[in-house]
Formats: sequence, C-alpha cells, structure tokens
Amino acid sequence: MNKSVFFGAMTVAGLVAGASAAATLDDVKERGKLNCGVTTGLVGFAAPNANGEWEGFDVAVCRAVAAAVFGDPTAVEFIPTTGKTRFTALASGEIDFLARNTTWTFSRDVDLKFDFIGVNYYDGQGFMVPKALGVSSAKDLDGATVCIQTGTTTELNLADFFRANNISYEPVPIETNAEGQQQYLAGACDTYTTDASGLASTRATFETPGDHIILPEIISKEPLGPLVRHGDNDWGDLTRWVLYALIAAEELGVTSANVEEMATSTTNPEVARLLGAEGTLGEMLGLSADWAKNAIASQGNYGEIFAKNIGEETPIGLARGLNAQWTDGGLMYAPPFR
Amino acid sequence: MSDTHAQTVTFVRDTMLPQAAPPSTAQGPVKWMRDSLFSSIPYTILTIAALYAIFVLLSGFLPWLLGGVWTTSNIRECREVLDGARGGCFSVLAERWNQLLFGIAYPQDGYWRPTLAFILLFVAVSPVLFAAVPRKLLIVTLLYPFVAFWLIWGGSLLVPLAALISLCVGYLVYSKLVKTSFAAGLAAGVATAVFIWFIAGFITPGLSGVLALEEVASRNMGGFMLNMILGVICVSLSLPLGILLALGRQSSLPIIKLICVVFIEFIRGVPLITLLFVANVVLAYFLPPGTNFDLILRVIIMITMFASAYIAEVIRGGLAALPRGQYEGAESLGLDYAQSMRLIILPQALKISIPGIVNVAVGLFKDTTLVSIISMFDLVGMIRGPILASTDWNGVYWELWGFAAALFFVVCYGISQYSQWLERQLQTDHR
Amino acid sequence: MTTMSDPQQGSFRLSMLLNDTRYRSYTFQFIALMLLIALMAFLGINLVRNLAEAGLNISYDFLGVPAGYDINQTLIDYNSQSTNLRAAVVGIINTLLVAFLACLTATILGVIAGVARLSNNWLVSKLMAVYVEIFRNIPVLIWILMIYTLMTAVLPAPNAFRGDNPSSSMLFDAFAFTNRGVYIPAPVWGPGSMIVVATFTLSIIAVFLYRRYAVKLLFETGKLLPLGWPTLAILIVPTLLVFFVMGSPIGLDYPALRGFNFQGGLQIGAPLIALWLALSVYTGAFIAENVRAGIQAISKGQTEAAASLGLRPKRVMNLVVLPQALRVIIPPLISQYLNITKNSSLAIAVGYADITATLGGITLNQTGRAIECVLLLMLFYLTISLSISAIMNVYNNNVSLKER
Repeated sequence: MNKSVFFGAMTVAGLVAGASAAATLDDVKERGKLNCGVTTGLVGFAAPNANGEWEGFDVAVCRAVAAAVFGDPTAVEFIPTTGKTRFTALASGEIDFLARNTTWTFSRDVDLKFDFIGVNYYDGQGFMVPKALGVSSAKDLDGATVCIQTGTTTELNLADFFRANNISYEPVPIETNAEGQQQYLAGACDTYTTDASGLASTRATFETPGDHIILPEIISKEPLGPLVRHGDNDWGDLTRWVLYALIAAEELGVTSANVEEMATSTTNPEVARLLGAEGTLGEMLGLSADWAKNAIASQGNYGEIFAKNIGEETPIGLARGLNAQWTDGGLMYAPPFR
Repeated sequence: MSDTHAQTVTFVRDTMLPQAAPPSTAQGPVKWMRDSLFSSIPYTILTIAALYAIFVLLSGFLPWLLGGVWTTSNIRECREVLDGARGGCFSVLAERWNQLLFGIAYPQDGYWRPTLAFILLFVAVSPVLFAAVPRKLLIVTLLYPFVAFWLIWGGSLLVPLAALISLCVGYLVYSKLVKTSFAAGLAAGVATAVFIWFIAGFITPGLSGVLALEEVASRNMGGFMLNMILGVICVSLSLPLGILLALGRQSSLPIIKLICVVFIEFIRGVPLITLLFVANVVLAYFLPPGTNFDLILRVIIMITMFASAYIAEVIRGGLAALPRGQYEGAESLGLDYAQSMRLIILPQALKISIPGIVNVAVGLFKDTTLVSIISMFDLVGMIRGPILASTDWNGVYWELWGFAAALFFVVCYGISQYSQWLERQLQTDHR
Repeated sequence: MTTMSDPQQGSFRLSMLLNDTRYRSYTFQFIALMLLIALMAFLGINLVRNLAEAGLNISYDFLGVPAGYDINQTLIDYNSQSTNLRAAVVGIINTLLVAFLACLTATILGVIAGVARLSNNWLVSKLMAVYVEIFRNIPVLIWILMIYTLMTAVLPAPNAFRGDNPSSSMLFDAFAFTNRGVYIPAPVWGPGSMIVVATFTLSIIAVFLYRRYAVKLLFETGKLLPLGWPTLAILIVPTLLVFFVMGSPIGLDYPALRGFNFQGGLQIGAPLIALWLALSVYTGAFIAENVRAGIQAISKGQTEAAASLGLRPKRVMNLVVLPQALRVIIPPLISQYLNITKNSSLAIAVGYADITATLGGITLNQTGRAIECVLLLMLFYLTISLSISAIMNVYNNNVSLKER
C-alpha cells in the first residue's frame, strides 16, 4: 500500500514534467539536458565505454547540439533505442533528437512525420564475407545464408537486390549487432550485411580483421542523418545548423584547437559570422552568440569528429570517400552562413 | 530309546547366541547402494548412465571454472594467457561487474545506496515472511519503501518524508472514521493524504538540498539492480490490486464482476512482451499530448497490471477454497461486506494463497528480463548490448550467461525454497 | 419483491442509495461504470488528439501492401512481394508450429522427469530434482539465448563438411547437424503415394476397431485376445505391401552440400531448434513438478484397495491411479501449454519468424503502424488463450468429481 505513494509521486512528477510541453528548445532549456536517442551499441558510432560514458560519431553530434544550446557538451542524456523503438521514442517526445544512423527515406520523412535535418554520413549497404569463402562479388552469393539486423531498411534493400539479380538467399534475422557478429564468426551465415560503415566498425572488433573482406557492391543509398519531430521548425533549424556549423568549420579550417583564436582574430567574414564575432546568427536561433564556437570547441569540426571516431587512424578505419568536403570531391556541403 | 536319542544329540546349547551384526550387504552404505542404486538390472544401467552423464558434465565444466582467467583486460589477452588451455575468461566479470549489477549510468560512488537498500529489503520483508520474527520489525517494513526510494533515486529525504507524513495522517483520519463507516473512513483518509501530499508539493522543492543524496534518473538504473527494482516494486504494487480484482471477480455485482473478469482474462491471455510493446511504442498515444512518462515507469505500470491479474487468480483460488460456512458465519454475526472480508475472509484466504503468490512473484521476477527486448539495459540487456558489443569482450558468452543464470538461480531458488517451507508450515491436514 | 411486506416501500429517499444495502450495490456499480467510461473516454480522446496532432490515422491498409522482406522458415508460399497480411499468416503458422512441437516434447520430458523424480533410484531422482530446480529458476529468455549461443558455437558450420578431409560428417549420410540448423531427409511424394497414405490411414482405423472388438470380447466371454503383435502387424504389413506393389512411390530427398548450404531435404532452422529446445526443457521442468504432485496426490489407500481387489500392478496403475492422477495433472498441464504459446513470443530474441517477429517486428518497423500491429498481435494471442481455456473448462467440467 505504501509503495503506491511513491508511485503516485513519480506519476505526478511525470505529469508535471510533461504538462509544460511547449517548443522543444524551451523544453530542453528548462530540463537543462538534451535527450538524445542513440543505438544500443555500435562501436565508433555510439557505444558506452567501460566507464559508462557514451562515445562515437553520432554521440558527438548530440554533444555538439548540447554544447550549442548549453555551452556544456555533457548536458546530454543518452537514451538507447532499438530499430523498433527509435521512432516512437522520438514521436512521443521521450527524446528530442535522434542520432542513430537512421536512413533518410521518403516514407520516414513524409509518412512517419519526421524531419531529417541533414546527412552526417553518406553510407550504403554492403556485404562482408570471410576471405576463405572465395567470393568476390555479391552476385556470387546465390543460395547464401545472410545475417541481417532487423528493424532497418537493410532488410528491404536485401530483398530487392536479390530479386533484381534473380538469385536466392536465406535471411537470418538478428536483433543486435553483437549477435550478428557472433553468428557470422561462427559460420552460421556466409555473409553479414548492413551499412558499409557498420561492417567496417564490426570488422574492427574481430580478432583477425584481415580475414574478412567487404564486397565492392554497395546495393543501396543510405544517407544517415539525425532527425527531429515534424512540426517544430525552430528546433529543426537549430539542430540542422549545428550540424552544418560542424561541416562548415572543416571547410573554413576552424578546428577545436584554433577556434578560440579564430573567433577573435579572423579576417574571414564567414568565419566571424559562424563563430559569433559578427552578426546575430546565434540570436536568430534563440541561442547565445558563441553557439557554434562551443560546439566546435568541444567536439571539433566534422573532419575531426570523423577522424577521432571512425577515421582511418581508428580501428574502424573508414576512408572519407563520399563524406569528404565537396572541395575534396565528397558530398559534404554546408550552405553559407549569412 | 531315550539313550539312543541322547547319543545322537551330542550337544545342546543352553545359552542364547549373542546378537550378530547384520551381514555387510544388509546394512550401511552397501545396503543403501543396493537398495537405491543397484536394486535391479534396469536400475543399475540407469545409475551407470546417470554417473556417466554427471562425469561428462563435470569434466567439461570444472576445468573451465577452475582454470579461468580473472585479471586480463580483454578477450585477446585472455586467449593469450590461456594459450589453448581450457578455462573461462572471467576477467569480463572482474572488469564489468559494476555494469552487470548496477547498469552503465549509475554513479560509481553511489553503489552503496542500492546495496544498502537491498540489505534492508531482507530486514523489511522478514516480519512478513516469518511469523517468528518480532512484530515490532513491521515498522521497518512500513518505512522501507520510503527509505529505499530515497536511497536508490536520491534527492532530498523530504520528499519521501512528506509522502510518509501524508500517509500517516491519512491513516489517522481513516482510523477515526472507520468506526462509523468503512467507505467514509477510506474516502476521508485518502482525501486527507492527497491533500497533505499536495501541500507538501509546494514546500519540498524549496528545501531540495536538505538531506539530499545525488539524484539518479530512472533511466540510469540498469543491470541486475533494475531486475530487482522492477520485481520488488511490481510485486508489492500488484498485491493490493490483485486482492481488489479477486474480490471484484467473486463479487455479486454483475458490472464490477464483468469489468474484473474482462481485465483478468485479457491480461492473462496475452504475452508480457506484447504488453511491454504497448508500454514502449503504443502507450504514449493514449496519454494527453505532451505527457512524458519515463520508460521505466511505463514498464512498471504494465508489469504491475500483468502481475495483478495472475495474483488475482491465485487469491480467487484462496477465496474459493474457504468453506462456505466462513462467509455465512461472518454474515450471521451481522458484519457488513467490508468488515467480513477484512476481518474474516481475507486473512484466511490470503494465508492459503501465500505459496501461490510466491510462485507468481518468482515467475514475475524472471519475466523482468523481457525488458531487455525493449532496449532497457537490465542484466540480460547489458550482456546483449554494451558488453558483447564492445571490442574488448566480443566473444565472451558462457562466462556472462553463466553469471546471469547464477544470479537468477540464487534468488529464485531461495524464494521457492521459502515457499515450500511455508507450504509445509501451513499444512494442517494429516496425510 | 411484491409479497415482502416492506414497511418503507414507496418512500424511497436519495440517501438510501448510500445507506441501504438493497440499493447501495447499484450506486457502486453505477460509479464503477462511470469511472470506466470516463477512463475509456480519456484514453480515446487522447488517442484521437495525439493522432491528429501527429497527422497520423488508424488504418489497416498496410496489410494489403507488399511486405518487402524475406522470411527464412515458412510453411506456406511466401516471398518478399507477398503482402504484410501473408507475412502475418506465416508468423501465425510458425508460432503454432513451435508451440505444438514444444508442447509435445515438454510433455514427454516432463512426464519422464516427474516419474523419475519419484524413482527409488536415489541418483536418478536427485538428478531429476537438480534438472527441475535449475531449469525453472532461471528465466526462459536466458535459456533461449544460451541454447542459441550453444548451437552457434558448438555445432559445425556447413563449411566444415566441405573438402576431401572434412572435420565433420553427416550422420548416416542423411542427417546434417550444422549451426544453421538440422537437415534431414524429406519425403518425396511420387504418383500413387496417396494410395500408400490411404492404406496407412485405414490400418490405423483397423487397429482401433480390433482393439474395441478385443475389449468387447473380453467383457462378453472373458476371452483375452493378444493385443501387442496384431496391432503392430495391422499397422505395418498392409502399408508395406501396398508400398512395394505400387513400386515404392515415396522416396527420400537427402540433403547434400551444394554451394553455400545444404540443399534438398528438410531444413529445421537453428532459431526454431533453439526456441523449441529451450521452451521444452524450461516448461518440462514445470510439468515434471505437476506430474509428481499429481501422482503423490493419490492416497496410498487407493492403490491398496485396488490391490486387495486382486488387480495386477499394471491394472492398478491404468485403471485406478492414472485416471485420478490425470484429473490433478491435466489442468496445470494445459496452463503450461498456454505458457508455452505465450513464451514462444520470445522468438524475437533469436530471429525465429513467429507472429511477434513478423507482424510485431519487421512489419511494425517498416510500416510504423505501431497501434494497429500491437492490437492485432494481442488479438491473436487472446484468441489462442481463450480457446485453450475454453477447452480446459469443458474438460474440467467433465472430469470434476460431482460433490455435494
């Protein structure tokens, strides 16, 4: 009987917290924390380390948004979501921002009522096979057993690819990446398929990564990006321009090391506007003038984030490829800050 | 004639033989083995087969357990140290024990809090479970929910204290008024408690620093602690609900009976996992726009509903098992419904339902692992998620699953042993 | 109502609704009904408001749209162009399949363990006690995951069967145990096979008729016909004769390693086996306890009385103890079957395509129709549970002792 009081207390607390639902930014500011949805664990993109701190490429985007809003990159609550729960969590307001390598598709944008704020990683679905299998093209995989993570667009791409090439396969659906690894390494499936970045990240955790190859075929376009609820355009703008600030910073040569110095001594007007030395961009977003400076100072620019978490120096070892700046032949292109 | 006889009989014993010990085949371990292991050929074969099975199991298990490695920092080092020898890589437990027990986000320097709450739990439940424990300890039981809440969730002590005070005052009002009418007493008691709780809601935020522990959000609970929290809270919440549902189902009022029957049969008819899906992906649509419950709170609601339906059925069995004479006797004393239930029927019905309730509780505790499927980091979720996904420990399965299985086994076996002990205590018929 | 001379009749006051026990029940029920309606209205209005706010609607059109994903183990025709509804049906059939298989093996396991636990053989009874305690005190989800891991880690990959000197080989060249599943020979139904099947069906009917005749003969004349070998003969001989006369129309399709996998034969996927095995051993432990309790519930007097009537031990068991024990065993047994069906929803943890994994998993993820999918899912399980409980109630009414 007594427990019901504490239960009631929590209910009341929950109701009070929820009753003041207004614009997302006001909510976040009032709460003092950004609720950010991430995966339950994909090394390099979002995974808790031994101390329970989340780190990774997607995590850095969350932290950058927190830094822009609060000036404090640690003011983030990371909420692990699965493929099934991520959209409901966002739709119901449990999270403010979803950065969980989610593919930007028409139906998610239009039918499920979300707004993708940009693309932080251009990916594509690939296949990983053991070298010993002697397969050099995905079209040789007729009759193969394919491990595939459920709840993602990869299942549909896979079905389309095999149907288009008129070859058969046997899907083995798995719940988490760890289980996919386990199945694949034990030979319970011939090939493991997911986004190429995820394959690289998975392969990096293997004992002998060299024994496995990623096949050249990329069977889908997977623009992965963070997303927010449809309808709150102010919050969408804020997060979109935090992401673009990171990308633009790389293009403009602003790094976490020189951002302070650039903010005071730059002669480039765009850098000055970006870092708040000139103009009122921060004010327009409802933030302080140094919003972008904080984000870049805490996480570094896009290139630094990439290099630190998934770049060629890390065990994951992804090349920039499509994710290079447009000036280097990639697709990363931030609209002008003016 | 007699002489010939005397000559043929050369010796006649005139004293008793001393008692001889039974032959070695009819006593001691030999007899025991003959009776219980080798009594017939099929049994002998069975015994040998069983011995062989035990041997195979132990010869695989013991070297793994005893030859294990405890001090390396990842699985590759484990393999190096073991160098092909048989042994477990228990280092994962040594390094990640805190995550397995408390989850990834619980503050490290606060581990003593849930641990203390866990120890106090034994003190609190002992007077309920064992009649021999002094009744005075019941005070601890009453205080426990507030203390445990404060310890685990942190924050100011004033919040649970205010809840306690409002409840106490509510109870006082109730006990004053219950003599005139049970319903009036209950209504007034609840109203008073809510009123005081409401008033306190204005005072406590101002004093949030008083006797405060570091606050921990519900979503930071994890590991085995989360299983324990869910299990304990849901069972204790579902008890009163289950009693009400059982009474409702036995009631003579058709509408109330119908509501209870539909609720109970619906909940018992669907798997818990679908209810968790509801908590996770559907419930948000049924709450006022902008409401935002914690996931853990939604899960508690759903598991409580689930458990209360099962407990209601157990208690209904207890109610049905009471002889009709008890109901009739209570009525003939002139007691009204509330009084007869409170004073005559329920004490007896609950007593015989306790073993059943304990079984439901064990089942429920095991079912708390299902929350891992909806991305909560309970013990199973921790293993399947962050630990197995990490570069360091990818590939360490048996040590982790063995640890999880052992934890659950200890708790569930302990509770079920208690239940069996209690059943023997309550057994009053002479079989 | 009319004949009772109630002095206060006709003088109904409002306060009687609260104070008079004759009317108070109506007050309570009315309040309860109002509360229920209010709750429903609250939830309904919220749902409508939330959906309107998010611009969503409730629609089951998605069931007719191509599902777009493939399923590995299907008993009916299915491909990625089939509709979501068909995917759900595949899931339903898979759920029923694993539930049926698990019920069967759990019962066998449970009965053996339950009887063995009462055995005079100390070692065997203790071993069974250990089995029961270990399996029922550890969550079934952990068992499912452990057995799945065990299968993946211990059984060889199909690769191991390859090459001139393979590290694994097939059992009798017909059964292959791999970590992708077990491959067994599949029957091939040639022309005329239906006649063989028909003959076999007729033989089964003949066996029943023969047994009934034997019992009738026994009751009428006291003559005892042999039962064992004639049954076997009726069952096997005609079928075998017809089989060879028709020129062996039923063949076996053996699995063989071709390409990446074993092809041909019947594949029982690893997820199915893991789920089946885990549910069987877990529920078997509970059934063992039910069986033990059922047998122990029969008082010794029954056995002794039967023996004093001159019945032989086998008859005592068959005619006296078992019928009574079954009455105790069957109700909990059926509720264990119910548990198996509900626990089979944990298939989602190992990727077996049951209804929770198709309709409540991939379809839900791909279409985003959470409310509709979860509603249909609950409806399915509710239908199954209620039908099983209905059967159980009929049974209980039939076997319950007519007392008082």
